[in-house]
Amino acid sequence: MDAFEQLGKTFFDWEAMAAVLPDLLTVGLPNTLLLALASGVIGTIVGMILAIMGISRNRVLRWIARIYTDIFRGLPAVVIILLIGLGLGPILRQVTGSTSPYPLGILALSLIASAYIGEIFRSGIQSVEKGQLEATRALGFSYGSSMRLVVIPQGVRRVLPALVNQFIALIKESSLIYFIGLVASERELFRVGNDAASNTGNLSPLIAAGVLYLCLTIPLTHLVNFIDHRLRVGRKQKPEPEELTTMSEGARA
Amino acid sequence: MKAIESGTLTGRGLHLSFGSNHVLRGIDLHVERGTTASVIGPSGSGKSTLLRVLNRLIEPDQGDILLDGRSVLKDNPDELRRRIGMVFQQFNLFPHKTVLENVTLALRKLRGMSADEARRKGLAQLDLVGLKHKADARPGNLSGGQQQRVAIARALAMDPEVMFFDEATSALDPELVKGVLALMADLASAGMTMVVVTHEMGFSRNVSDTVTFMDAGVVVESGPPAAIFDDPRTDRLRSFLSDVL
Repeated sequence: MDAFEQLGKTFFDWEAMAAVLPDLLTVGLPNTLLLALASGVIGTIVGMILAIMGISRNRVLRWIARIYTDIFRGLPAVVIILLIGLGLGPILRQVTGSTSPYPLGILALSLIASAYIGEIFRSGIQSVEKGQLEATRALGFSYGSSMRLVVIPQGVRRVLPALVNQFIALIKESSLIYFIGLVASERELFRVGNDAASNTGNLSPLIAAGVLYLCLTIPLTHLVNFIDHRLRVGRKQKPEPEELTTMSEGARA
Repeated sequence: MKAIESGTLTGRGLHLSFGSNHVLRGIDLHVERGTTASVIGPSGSGKSTLLRVLNRLIEPDQGDILLDGRSVLKDNPDELRRRIGMVFQQFNLFPHKTVLENVTLALRKLRGMSADEARRKGLAQLDLVGLKHKADARPGNLSGGQQQRVAIARALAMDPEVMFFDEATSALDPELVKGVLALMADLASAGMTMVVVTHEMGFSRNVSDTVTFMDAGVVVESGPPAAIFDDPRTDRLRSFLSDVL
């Protein structure tokens, strides 16, 4: 009984959770969202550029995309975050006077995200039937316009579920930013929860932080499932008028 | 349909290789304005490749392409393709766009038409192929025959001087072939200049003005349908016709 009580106290100390909640909501949550959103947007833009380079007919562009992707997808996130954050930090401070770890943290997360997103986009674009490009070019569109108007929109649509998965990963990876060193107001969800856990010797604040992560990621997971289903089954369509008439004629006969 | 004043198309000595595969070995083809030329031959003879070379989707290694007697090889290939409509075996409609948007995309982006103008023209074009009522449907909800008619409307919307058909009925269910062939025959009799790669020997015989028989990257025989079908001069054409007829 004692063991159970202690377990409950360690993980589900409601008072400890209530104590950390204001900080989680006013400091941790906005910072986590800022990190994930900023690097998500930058990662998507850079990822699209990488994907287009990756399918380019220019060999040099393909190589650059390949090497970039291999490096930033192949290294552990924490290594990239430390190298960028600690390595470039002093330079950034000299040039801009800023001591905020956020620009470099977002840069590191964006580098990682763009490498994954670039591969996601590339596979989607390459899965579009060759005939689509051919038909668009046959109408008189240039290669670039054909890609932009017809091929890429279809490719992106197909990989939306994978893209949302990448955003989920990004929300979780943003917790690694704490390695660069954050002052109190810069802490994101994990760091707020972890600090409170260390101070109180109780893991409940970390549970509270975890619950907030889940509040962000679970809806996205379901968004993935929804998009996936929609893409496979298609939007609900009204039945064909012809079919309707034949059906009703058949029923009358 | 209005008579079109241009569209005489000539290919001269066209060669094309993919690596060591010599696909076209000196093809000559002449299509007089307002006439229909059909190209027949066994699979892999280079018929479909020839169409793609004639509108420069694939650049020839050698030879010349003339439209109305003027070489077009130095022109911007995108501008050449705006003058030549093309219809594919697999339709290749844009699945993420509505039927009407399929037809109006080039009008808006290449001809610079306003949304209203393009819509009017697109609907008129769809009406011509009997599918105005499907304007807001997605291609995926149409039958193969309907999709191919939309593809024809999409190509015609650009007011092309020449139309290419690349085995336009080969992917269709048998009962849908007739409608599409009838539409193509209507176009031909309305004076459209057409190059039709086809396995439909009936269409080739009855609708086309000239028939070109290709095998292994060369033109083996060409002439009016009666000469090709009733009086073949080469063994290769004779054996091909006995296989398909």
